[in-house]
Amino acid sequence: MELHAQKRGPRLTVRLSGELDHHSAEQTRIMLDTLLRDVTVSELLLDLSGMSFMDSAGLGVILGRFRKLSMRGGRLIVKGVNPSVDRIFQMSGLYAIVERQ
Amino acid sequence: MHNEMEVRFLSLSQNEGFARAAAAAFAAQMNPGIEELSDIRTAVSEAVTNAIIHGYDQNPDRVVTMQMEIDDDDLVVIVRDDGCGIGDVALARKPFFTSKPELERSGMGFSVMEAFMDSLDVQSGLGKGTTVTMRKRIRHANR
Repeated sequence: MELHAQKRGPRLTVRLSGELDHHSAEQTRIMLDTLLRDVTVSELLLDLSGMSFMDSAGLGVILGRFRKLSMRGGRLIVKGVNPSVDRIFQMSGLYAIVERQ
Repeated sequence: MHNEMEVRFLSLSQNEGFARAAAAAFAAQMNPGIEELSDIRTAVSEAVTNAIIHGYDQNPDRVVTMQMEIDDDDLVVIVRDDGCGIGDVALARKPFFTSKPELERSGMGFSVMEAFMDSLDVQSGLGKGTTVTMRKRIRHANR
C-alpha cells in the first residue's frame, strides 16, 4: 500500500494505491493516523482511484478514521470508488456518514 | 467442462493476496466478466481472512485449505480451517457483528461473501473448525 498525501488548508488529500486487505490494513492505519496527528486537519479526502483491491478490512480502516475525525468535529470524504468497493460501501451504509465526491 | 483444484497455505496474512490470485487464475478459464472475477477475489479474501483472524486467532503456523470446482458455468469455492470454530453461526453472519471489535473490523465479511456470490454455506462447531462453501454461476457479463 502506498500513500500520497497533500495538504491544502484544513483539507488533507490522501491517494491510496495498491491492495487494501487485512494484510495491509495495519500499516495503512498507522500511516493515516500519523498524518492525522496534525490537529489542523479537519477534512480527510481519501482518493481510492489507484486501489487495485479492497475488501471489508479496508472498510474497517475507513470507519476507524471516520470515528477519529468525527471526534474532533472533522469529516471524511471518499472519491474514485470502483464498483466493487462501492457495493461494499452501500451495503455497510457508509454513505450515511461519509461523503462521496 | 469439469475441473478441480486444491491449495493449502499457512495462516499468514501474506497468503490472503495469494489466495485471491490463485482463485482468480483458476476461475479465469471460465471466461468470467471483470466484475465476476472481482466478486470472486473479494469473497475469497473475506473467507481466507476470517480463517486467519478468527479460526486461527492470527496463529501463523496453521493451515488454510482452499478447494475450487468448476462444472461448466458453476463455480464452487470451499475455504476450510481447523481452528476454533464459530459458536453461533447465525450471529456471526449478521451484518456488523464482530467478535473482535478491538481489531477495527467492520463485521461485514460474511455479508460481502453473501452479496458477491450466489450462495454461502457455513459449517462450523466450537473446536471443530469452519468450512465456508460459496457458489457462483458465471454469466460472462461485461467480459
